[in-house]
Amino acid sequence: MTASTRAALSRIWSIRATRWSGAIIVGLFLVAIFAKYVAPYSPSAQLDIVHLKNLAPSHAHPFGTDAYSRDVLSRVIFGARISLSVAALSVLLATTIGSAYGVVAGYVGGRVDATMMHILDALLSIPRVLLLLAVLALWQPVGLAGLILLLGVTGWYGTSRLVRAEVRSARDREYMVAARALGASHWRIVRRHLLPNIAGPIIVAATLGVANVIVLEAGLSFLGVGAREPNASWGTIFLSGSSAPTDTWWVALFPGLAIVVTVLAFNVLGDALRDVLDPRQLPGGIPASDTTTHTQPRTG
Amino acid sequence: MRRHLAARLLKSLVVVVIVSTISFFLIRLAPGDPFAYEGANFTPAIRAQWRAQFGYDRPVTEQYARYLSSIAHGQFGYSHSGRRPVSEALADAIPRTLLLAGVSLVLSFALGITLGVVQATQRGKWLDRALSGTLLFFYSLPDFWFAIMMLLVFAFWLPVFPPGGVIDAVMHSYMSPWDAFADRVMHLVLPAVTLTLLTSAAIARYQRSAMLDVLPMEFVQVARAKGVSERSIVWRHALRAALTPVITLLGLLMPVLVGGSLFVETVFNWNGMGLLTADAIRLRDYDLVTAAVVVGAVVVALGNLLADLLHAVVDPRLRN
Repeated sequence: MTASTRAALSRIWSIRATRWSGAIIVGLFLVAIFAKYVAPYSPSAQLDIVHLKNLAPSHAHPFGTDAYSRDVLSRVIFGARISLSVAALSVLLATTIGSAYGVVAGYVGGRVDATMMHILDALLSIPRVLLLLAVLALWQPVGLAGLILLLGVTGWYGTSRLVRAEVRSARDREYMVAARALGASHWRIVRRHLLPNIAGPIIVAATLGVANVIVLEAGLSFLGVGAREPNASWGTIFLSGSSAPTDTWWVALFPGLAIVVTVLAFNVLGDALRDVLDPRQLPGGIPASDTTTHTQPRTG
Repeated sequence: MRRHLAARLLKSLVVVVIVSTISFFLIRLAPGDPFAYEGANFTPAIRAQWRAQFGYDRPVTEQYARYLSSIAHGQFGYSHSGRRPVSEALADAIPRTLLLAGVSLVLSFALGITLGVVQATQRGKWLDRALSGTLLFFYSLPDFWFAIMMLLVFAFWLPVFPPGGVIDAVMHSYMSPWDAFADRVMHLVLPAVTLTLLTSAAIARYQRSAMLDVLPMEFVQVARAKGVSERSIVWRHALRAALTPVITLLGLLMPVLVGGSLFVETVFNWNGMGLLTADAIRLRDYDLVTAAVVVGAVVVALGNLLADLLHAVVDPRLRN
């Protein structure tokens, strides 16, 4: 660990918001990993379809039970596994694709860069929710791996813009010129000099990206095309409660609260990380250089 | 500026053509077709006849050529779920979505910009911190969940507003003009407020940081030194300069708005493009799904064009 990394980490740790949001996120992941030991019941166990269905929250069932007499708390705990792993893996994929695309465009520059940015503009103008909804619904059953893949390959545009902007501003810095003058290969320059220096903004964008994807996946599952039984995510559980929200409001309320708490934690962490790692970046993971250059209209 | 806009327009057109081509093939190449639905007692022979009648038995490339030719004739295909031309279904749905999304967009920009400016002037004080927290909360809300909670609270527990729909399905046609108007407004309030609160949070967060960028600039100091009132400095001088990045957001928000109105319309049973699209996808109404994706792409392209135009309005340097 280099001195600058250690300094950044200690600055991050010194912010109260990162400590509690980080603690919530770690806690959520622990709950997801050890769901079997934390959850009072099995998420699919129909406890007593006659006497224990649609029970309001009580001491025995803090989040109530659903129409199949399943314990909602247990379902939400196991749902964390699906929601968090789908979001984390698809953001990992999106960040990888986006970083690679952005580095190539920004580092090579010229006509390659212009073409790649035109393609990006076209991709950006496809409404993501519509595309995902259509593909997931018409090509079903897609499965969890397919869902992660689709969320990943439609989620990297923002990251690649951000990375490209960072690469372009870093390209002519002294350390880059020095590395080139010393005869380092392109691959070595990118890996050893460029990426470590632009890692901060990428981490910020990925953190905010997780929050975004959790909401998106939940929305798709709510429309019935995302995660499905038996791999119920928070969105899937919410869907089962939303058909009769007036009668069994707890089936809709609690998975939704789980989403809100998780997304809020990731957004708070992302905001705090941005203050430390990339103060120029604007909310929503939009590169500052895209918008604060007031002299020219955005040409992409 | 004019040449720049013409280039942008051409580029948007190319993008829309590419998007519609990709979505056409993604949709047509999916397994099944509009006549493969289960349930109804139609024999395979009948289904085969429908397929032949609507050309679904042809190669996809030929279907695409036919689709292009029908677009050239002003037709966007046939909606099997609605048993009418797609253009008719769009003509019914688009105005309703324009009403909902338009009202929400105007309200959310007004609210978001105001909140962002107030926050920036109060930087670090309790009002800024309280608003930051509240806005981050709304920013983190899943649209569908918030919509259902709004419905639950304001339509069922406190039955102030109707629980969905564009108008009262039964009574609307018997109402006096004034009551009919009031009926429309009452139906609009809940979905519009939901969509506004969700979108304005993003705008306010953005406006706050844009404003914080501008406030320390020299021209602000000069205005202050010349004795311009603080109110005028903030709302006229600084805000005008800080609007540029927020206008860019208009283009970036369009895909969000398309997705958001899909969820909000589904929950509030608002018969617009969002609900139409969701239904079309469920019923494998291929032509309607293709048209919906294209309409979405057109909206995004228009949002970007509008952002470009507005940039020129607020920034005189871009006018020539």
